[in-house]
Amino acid sequence: MCRIGSIKSKVAFSPSKALYLMLPQQEGHDNSGFAMVMQDLYGIFTPYKDKPLLSLACTQRGAQMVEDFMDSHNFEQVAEWIPVPNNQPGLDIKAMPYYIFRNYDYPEYYRDKPMSEKEELLLNVRLKLREILEAAGEGYVYSFWPDVLTLKEIGDPRDIATYFRLWDDNGCLMAKSIVVQCRQNTNYDIVRYAAHPFFLQGYTLCANGENTFYTKNKEFQKSLHRGYVGFESDSQNFLYTLHYVLHELKWPIKYYKHVITPLPFAEIDQREDKDVLKAIRQSLANLEINGPNTIIANLPDGRMLTCCDSKKLRPVVVGQTDDTVAISSEVCGLNEIMPDRDMSKDIYPNEREVVVIDNDLEVQRWKQ
Amino acid sequence: MEAVKSQDICKADLKWNIEHIMERCTMCGSCISTCTIGAIKAGVIRVDKTFSDDIKPNPRRTHRTIPVIKQVNTIANACIGCGMCAKVCPNNAIRPVRNLDSRQTLLSRDAGPIKRGGRTNLNAQRTLDHIIVGRISQMTDPSLDSIRHTFDIRSPFGRVLPATELPFSLKDGKLVMVHKAPPVRSIYPLIFSDMSIGALSTRAWEAVSMAVAYLNEKCGLPVRMSSGEGGMPSRLLESEQLKYMILQIASGHFGWNRIIKAMPRMKADPAGVLIKIGQGAKPGDGGLLQAAKVAEHVQAIRGVPKATLSSPPNHQGLYSIEESVQKMHLSLNAAFGFRVPVAIKCAASATSVSVYNNLLRDPYKICGGFFIDGIQGGTGAANEISLDHTGHPIVSKIRDCYLAAVKQGLQGQIPLYGGGGIGMTGNAAADAFKMICLGANGVFVGKMLIQLLGCVGNEEGRCNACNTGKCPTGICTQDPRLVKRLDVDRGAQKIVDYVLTFDKELRKLMAPIGNSTLPVGRSDALVSTDKAIAEQLGLQYVC
Repeated sequence: MCRIGSIKSKVAFSPSKALYLMLPQQEGHDNSGFAMVMQDLYGIFTPYKDKPLLSLACTQRGAQMVEDFMDSHNFEQVAEWIPVPNNQPGLDIKAMPYYIFRNYDYPEYYRDKPMSEKEELLLNVRLKLREILEAAGEGYVYSFWPDVLTLKEIGDPRDIATYFRLWDDNGCLMAKSIVVQCRQNTNYDIVRYAAHPFFLQGYTLCANGENTFYTKNKEFQKSLHRGYVGFESDSQNFLYTLHYVLHELKWPIKYYKHVITPLPFAEIDQREDKDVLKAIRQSLANLEINGPNTIIANLPDGRMLTCCDSKKLRPVVVGQTDDTVAISSEVCGLNEIMPDRDMSKDIYPNEREVVVIDNDLEVQRWKQ
Repeated sequence: MEAVKSQDICKADLKWNIEHIMERCTMCGSCISTCTIGAIKAGVIRVDKTFSDDIKPNPRRTHRTIPVIKQVNTIANACIGCGMCAKVCPNNAIRPVRNLDSRQTLLSRDAGPIKRGGRTNLNAQRTLDHIIVGRISQMTDPSLDSIRHTFDIRSPFGRVLPATELPFSLKDGKLVMVHKAPPVRSIYPLIFSDMSIGALSTRAWEAVSMAVAYLNEKCGLPVRMSSGEGGMPSRLLESEQLKYMILQIASGHFGWNRIIKAMPRMKADPAGVLIKIGQGAKPGDGGLLQAAKVAEHVQAIRGVPKATLSSPPNHQGLYSIEESVQKMHLSLNAAFGFRVPVAIKCAASATSVSVYNNLLRDPYKICGGFFIDGIQGGTGAANEISLDHTGHPIVSKIRDCYLAAVKQGLQGQIPLYGGGGIGMTGNAAADAFKMICLGANGVFVGKMLIQLLGCVGNEEGRCNACNTGKCPTGICTQDPRLVKRLDVDRGAQKIVDYVLTFDKELRKLMAPIGNSTLPVGRSDALVSTDKAIAEQLGLQYVC
């Protein structure tokens, strides 16, 4: 089972905290990967929060291809962090030769454009880079977005952390929000793109479970948006639907749950807003999910969200202290990073519930 | 030797031979009075037998004349194998036996093309039986419990708008509808197909409609029924139960005079309107009701004299899909104030995908469903040549249409319903489930319903006398004496019980793949043991 988690804090923290959240949840041989998306960055990235940050893992040739592309498209590099790995013997990691985290400034003629146009540009660039690297087999590009960093690798999460010196807490890599997942997708080939969290235009999402409507979702999403690509994991469907509902349709967040796990028709008929809910259910029937799932997502505005499948077949718990809220598949993770919290305030969202944590760490919960 | 005439027809030439066991027969005559087509008669034969009629045994051979049940050796009265004689015989003394050396098909064409009812007898192959629900949830995604979990088994009937075109606006953080969207009903994915009053006896039609009302009102299953091209009784048109009925308009427009006249007095909107362009059993042919079945009440409902009613092969005045949308869809939508979905039914054809594509592009967004009827669909009357040699299998056609919509990102906007042979082997739930996984929103069944009422016809030439007015079960006849054979209440109950079991069995298939709602288009849940089928439908091949 994938273990997923997230931490949102008023105080910037290191990725090691996310690892401490995840490692107690490990079961048996369940240690095939680690991935995280950091948002609201601090440390060495503090000065560049408004500059799009490119996260990629590649070969030397891949790095050159990316550089050539960015140069030819007038992106100006403003900062770069290339981790110096701790390549000690015996680590369980299938590392790529290079990990590059690089801030760019927009091409000059784009700098005064509205954010909506910049968003499209950033997506186009990421998709193009992905295409180039994929065709050449020279690397992976995970995100290209201001104030967002993505790291994904195959191997034992502890060893991956050692390799990237994430245990050191040296202050260079800090964030106020991290979404994290341990273990690789096992339905399909183990590939880096299949590792959650997935990222698209400011939306980050990871899921624990199985989307048995994967084929339906995929066949529909493929034609909805050019950014809905890959489909290496059935959990990408959740991200794309989140993006579609909030970013494309611009519906309020509460309708996301109505799209992925709509109420039964009999219940809809009892509601005041039945016309709207029925229309949504009918129009977006192909975005409904089935199977056991828990979702954790981060929105572009910094809010964090979690909800479950309509039968509550996967666990999730939300815990909080004065300055931190964490979401975890299993409570043992929360106990590790916030042992002194008031456990009576832990939230175990039910199958119809959505929990949203806003930027003041206020926790909202409602039933769909 | 020349006493034998080669052209004479004898029992050995007919499809069915009557096997009569004289030793068991009491000559009660029940079989003869029951046989609706006069295939048997009482007669005598001279036999050479050994008798002993003394007090002590004294066997001697003698010629005697004894009474027997004889088969009538004419094409017109050829036994249809319905087995009513066997059903009525108290002593199991008589039954029809299939004759493998029959020459009947060859010899039956003296009076023009053979007409019959039933299904195709040549193309009854079962693609669906080579498909298995093979993607079972184990371990990581648990199978559901078909009894304890809740399942939401509903399908759309009506034009579904893409989310971007829904008439929503935001008010106080909530979406509200600012104007009407096309009507979409949430119905049970099993539709009772269009069998008219006329094709069916009024009592058989009543039994089916009673079952529909019961399923809706007592069992909570929103099953819908299509009227067929023959109109409906005024009392039903003016009742609340009209909401369960899909009114059919076919090329003969039979019954619509009465429907239109009833409109001002309708208490409820019908469930929908179905424009019938074609029928899978006899594609390219219009409806056919032979004069023998045009009884007085049929004449009254349809507003016709007693004559063979041949509907035209197409709707007069329509020569394109666009025109059909503009004329028929718009006018029928308008007739009910755009509150009632209007769908279209076509015979499956090599051209179905083009038609579906065109309907998907309809700018008015008023086509509320595409019903495709495959070659294995049934009919009350058709030319045998059409039944056996024209048509198109439904399974790949539904898949092709679904994938055509997927290619354009339009899947689900015009719901797809498939029919023609669903439930042929008795397992409608399995057939429906597989069709749904291949892309259908639901299925429609007709023949299966009358089989539940007692019809004994099958795709191997049994009975199939629906066109003659002599239906031995009282289902497809207007002869009041024959109609009395049908117990309406028991018939309706049989259909209700079957649908309730269908519902349980559908859950029993949804549960192991971990789905609580219909897996429309979830082809990954299916595998096929036939390579060609797997390849054609895009399924995993397994062996």
